[in-house]
Amino acid sequence: MAAPELLNLGFEFVEIFAFIVLATVGLAVIFGMMGIINLAHGEFILVGAYATAFAVAAGLPLAVAMAVGVVVTAIFGLVLERLIIRRLYGRLLDSMVVTWGISLVMIQLTRIAFGNTAPGVGIPFGQLPVVDGPVYYLVLAVVAVGVLAGLYALFMWTDFGVRARATMQDEETARSMGVDTDRMYMATFAIGSGLAGLAGALYAPVMTVTPEYGTSFLVESFVAVVVGGASVLVGTVLASGFLGAVNAAVTNLAGTFMGQVAMLVAAIVAIRLLPDGITGLLEDLRERGGESE
Amino acid sequence: MSVDSSDGPLAGLRRPFEGPNTMGNTPGFWLGFAVAVAVLAALPVLFGYYAAEIGAVFLAYALLGVSLAFIWGYCGILSFGQVAFFGVAGYAFGVVAINVPTPAGATLGLLAGVAASTAFAAALGYFMFYGGVRDVYVTIMTLVVALVLYTFMGQTAGGEWAIGDARLGGFNGMSGVPDLAVGIGSTGFEVGIVAHYYVTLGALVATYLGLRALVNSQFGYAMVATREDESRTEMFGYNTTFIKFAVFTLGGAIAGLSGVLFTTQNNYIDPSVFGITAAALPVVWASVGGRTSLIGTVGAALAIQFVDYQLALSGSEWALVIIGSLLVFVVLVMPEGVAPRLRDAIVDYRSSEPTPADTPAGTEEVSD
Repeated sequence: MAAPELLNLGFEFVEIFAFIVLATVGLAVIFGMMGIINLAHGEFILVGAYATAFAVAAGLPLAVAMAVGVVVTAIFGLVLERLIIRRLYGRLLDSMVVTWGISLVMIQLTRIAFGNTAPGVGIPFGQLPVVDGPVYYLVLAVVAVGVLAGLYALFMWTDFGVRARATMQDEETARSMGVDTDRMYMATFAIGSGLAGLAGALYAPVMTVTPEYGTSFLVESFVAVVVGGASVLVGTVLASGFLGAVNAAVTNLAGTFMGQVAMLVAAIVAIRLLPDGITGLLEDLRERGGESE
Repeated sequence: MSVDSSDGPLAGLRRPFEGPNTMGNTPGFWLGFAVAVAVLAALPVLFGYYAAEIGAVFLAYALLGVSLAFIWGYCGILSFGQVAFFGVAGYAFGVVAINVPTPAGATLGLLAGVAASTAFAAALGYFMFYGGVRDVYVTIMTLVVALVLYTFMGQTAGGEWAIGDARLGGFNGMSGVPDLAVGIGSTGFEVGIVAHYYVTLGALVATYLGLRALVNSQFGYAMVATREDESRTEMFGYNTTFIKFAVFTLGGAIAGLSGVLFTTQNNYIDPSVFGITAAALPVVWASVGGRTSLIGTVGAALAIQFVDYQLALSGSEWALVIIGSLLVFVVLVMPEGVAPRLRDAIVDYRSSEPTPADTPAGTEEVSD
């Protein structure tokens, strides 16, 4: 393979990897921490994109507009958690059904309120010189890695992270040790919502923002969460890497559509082989390693 | 009530359809059921051709809802991709019936449609249940399958996406799908609009009664046991993996039948049947009506689709908002759905009247 082709393949991988990470991470935080599958995740992304688009249209600089998108979505998530989601802890299937209902309502309300498109947002930074693609995709990749690093730091190094992980591992014990688990859930849901808003804000310049905007993130994010398994960070990184590699390779050979199909087939095979996701496999390996020591 | 089930001249006839897994094991219920079927049968006579045309679509939807209530309510498998089987069967019917433009072709298409959805559900079910895929993962996988079909069928607009004479047509859909027909060779008769309505109603009633018999059989008890506690059921010697696989496959077959009836009624199918809104509808019907109640799901499907249709007629955009809010409201306020709540209310009312001594027996017998 010639060098430019290799470079293109690498660029493709980086682009898809960043997309899957950003689309997934909000969903993964909420699922991994709270055991709630948020089927309205795509519409949370939609909120972030609309807030960003309208902020840009109002004359704010793009970076500020994106911050607005994140904050608006986080607040939106917080309100929803207080009103509805908190009644659904421990009711996994019900939580899916309810969030699906929320998703239907939000898509249609967006259409009624704002029509079929949001104001356009231009792509910043121009084109890359070597490969065929905008510089902006590299920025997205950097942000994706930054988000992962930030989450790692948040959950591993801060007091909040310790409490959050304690809540996740054993809610009863955490509560008896004085952790306000109710507030932990609330905060986690807001963080997950904010991350969804971030995905919406970051992709507002490259994808046309319509009421169905969230749906274009849906498949990738759910597939990555399922393939990744319950462990938020490791699962998201490994699943995004695996799915991104398959997608990029096949896209290069046979086009965008086949790339997506190949990724989904790979995901279904992966779930068939690893029902608990990649992190389930890692857990198994670790246990087996522990026994032999 | 236990006293009622032994008397009455039709008791023997009713027995196979009654048991602890269904509500409405009383003569009163069956009387109401007969009246409801009679009213539905009278609709084309009373309101004519147009009512038959619209009504058949609602009935096909109700059948789709029943297929989900059966696998979700009775076996605990929540499929968000029930529409995948619905759509696959519709497309399969179209492909066969367009390529064999005789009545026999349409009959073949019906068989092909149901066979395709059954085989598809069996393959997916085998993959999932024998692979140890559980709970949410099953739900997400079925949803992803539906969305993949949506994307896939959406990009089939080009001329190369044709099977024989049948063009898949991308988002424009496949038009010119023939009517349902019964025949051998080139002889036979086409099922017209009004006849189609009765065929759909017949399929719904037959499926309802068949599933009632099934869920009250030995197999039905095993299904419910699997839903309640899978590992314990397995310990008792039941092959729960096979039970889930079989239930999921049968659900796919029923959804496929409804898909064929839907497609032949409209003479048209497009990828929106796989879309996220379409995929949500069966879940809405089953949740609102009561997923452990087949009749509740039928009622909810007919009522919700009727309201949806009226709103669309009046040009309102609020249908989806109302449907989505209804779903959220019902799951939060009465997680079991409307029909079981109604049943409890009736049982409470009855048992509070004559003999307060043996009230628990009454509630116990009809609940699942």
